[in-house]
Amino acid sequence: MAYSDQVIDHYNHPRNVGTLDKNAAEVGTGLVGAPECGDVMRLQIRVNPETQVIEEAKFKTFGCGSAIASSSLATEWIKGRTVDDAMSIKNTDIVKELSLPPVKIHCSVLAEDAIRAAIGDWKKKNPPRRIAELPPQEPAK
Amino acid sequence: MSTGSSQVEAPAGVHLPIYMDNQATTPLDPRVLEAMMPYLTAKFGNAASRNHSFGWEAEQAVDAAREQVARLIGATAKEIIFTSGATESDNLAIKGIAEMYRERGNQIVTQVTEHKAVLDTCKRQEKRGYRVTYLPVKADGRIDLEDLKRAIDDKTILVTIMAANNEIGVLQPIREIGKLCHERGVLFHTDAVQAVGKVPFHVIDDYVDVASISAHKIYGPKGVGALYVRRRNPRVQIAAEIDGGGHERGMRSGTLNVPGIVGLGKACELAQEELLQEGRRLQAMRDRLKAKLEAELDYVHVNGSMEHRIPGNLNMSFVYVEGESLLMGINDVAVSSGSACTSATLEPSYVLKALGLGDDVAHSSIRFGLGRFNTEAEVDYVANKVIQVVRHLRELSPLYEMVKEGIDITKVEWQAH
Repeated sequence: MAYSDQVIDHYNHPRNVGTLDKNAAEVGTGLVGAPECGDVMRLQIRVNPETQVIEEAKFKTFGCGSAIASSSLATEWIKGRTVDDAMSIKNTDIVKELSLPPVKIHCSVLAEDAIRAAIGDWKKKNPPRRIAELPPQEPAK
Repeated sequence: MSTGSSQVEAPAGVHLPIYMDNQATTPLDPRVLEAMMPYLTAKFGNAASRNHSFGWEAEQAVDAAREQVARLIGATAKEIIFTSGATESDNLAIKGIAEMYRERGNQIVTQVTEHKAVLDTCKRQEKRGYRVTYLPVKADGRIDLEDLKRAIDDKTILVTIMAANNEIGVLQPIREIGKLCHERGVLFHTDAVQAVGKVPFHVIDDYVDVASISAHKIYGPKGVGALYVRRRNPRVQIAAEIDGGGHERGMRSGTLNVPGIVGLGKACELAQEELLQEGRRLQAMRDRLKAKLEAELDYVHVNGSMEHRIPGNLNMSFVYVEGESLLMGINDVAVSSGSACTSATLEPSYVLKALGLGDDVAHSSIRFGLGRFNTEAEVDYVANKVIQVVRHLRELSPLYEMVKEGIDITKVEWQAH
């Protein structure tokens, strides 16, 4: 199979490879896929509790080149976005960006699942606080 | 981080890409091409033309090739039927015997790691009312002879078990199988494609009644093969699958592929001359590759018996690394993987699963197929490249990290998708 230049680039130079402390309150971890299926993605986010912005994203993936590229791209895209904004990323966006062929669409689905699982884990750890509990906003200068 | 495909330099004399997939096919030996050339050009006659010199020289060439093939396997020339390749040979053997011996019985015995040319042919025979028994294999890839003894009954007409497996190179105990079949009065067919020309194979000593052979696995051309059909003790009869002009003693009609047959003959002659020496050389290179990989990498697993194996095959799983991603990293080396992602069916290798390996180990497997034209320098290059890419991919592998942390990943609740 011929790989797109984007897939090859992410495979050779994966972005944001690594591990965050999964026990930390501000970290959300998504672990999706299964070894028997040939794909396991772990995507982790560190979220700023004040701004809800994903300040750091890390991944590790066991899978084909397209799976590695999909998760690498996902970390690039979610970094700097708020968790709600990151939830809007669709697998079809990944397919388009990486020019994935039909047999590799499941890799992009898995990456979307990984984003949602990581955010879900973070939300579970950080249930929405009532307004009264939020620290006072600094007035804009 | 980078795979840095430039980090492992190709040493002088190593030309990229390297072909190391010789169980899939082999390059044509230049000496074979040389033997074929006249029959692709001036000597174009039809071997069935009896009334002019063009036909005679073609027929002579075919007869000589028949001798060369027969000599390699301990047969006589009259016992060799030329076909279009091993898939046709397997089909002709199984269907032809099933049809011819239908009144004697309806059971066929085979085993689970056979090539699809045998398995799918057997499946079709099941639809036609035959009973097929698929023997399991042990963890080393070989059948248990006790299983075979139990499987043969008074309705058994044919046992078809390969000599060497195409994925893991494991040799089945064909001499013991053949002996048992002869004692029980059952015909024995073997798909010998991966064994002929690679290890000693002798139809008399091994009690083989019918054997499939392919040219392109032994440095001959594609599109030509042979079927050995025993003529004495017992005389095996085969119903034709292809009807027509009555070529090949009526068993396989169709104008003979003279240049291909000449190539097959020459390939057999060369294999016979060089078999022992080449076997030793390939085995030394194979063992060198294995030793290097095992010395530098943890969690590597050899699939199938090392003791009972053709010399040029090494099938290894690099656990916690997915096979297709590994192939992508070593894209200047041609090898195969048992990973689902590399197969048309998206299923991991049924051969590896039959050994009792988990899907995850099957997904991580690479088949290295060493052949006549590989060199030690190539082996070293391939070993270094694989080591580098496996290390890179393990840095990316959540499974490897978990295992290193002492987590039992078989206990993790995975969400299969």
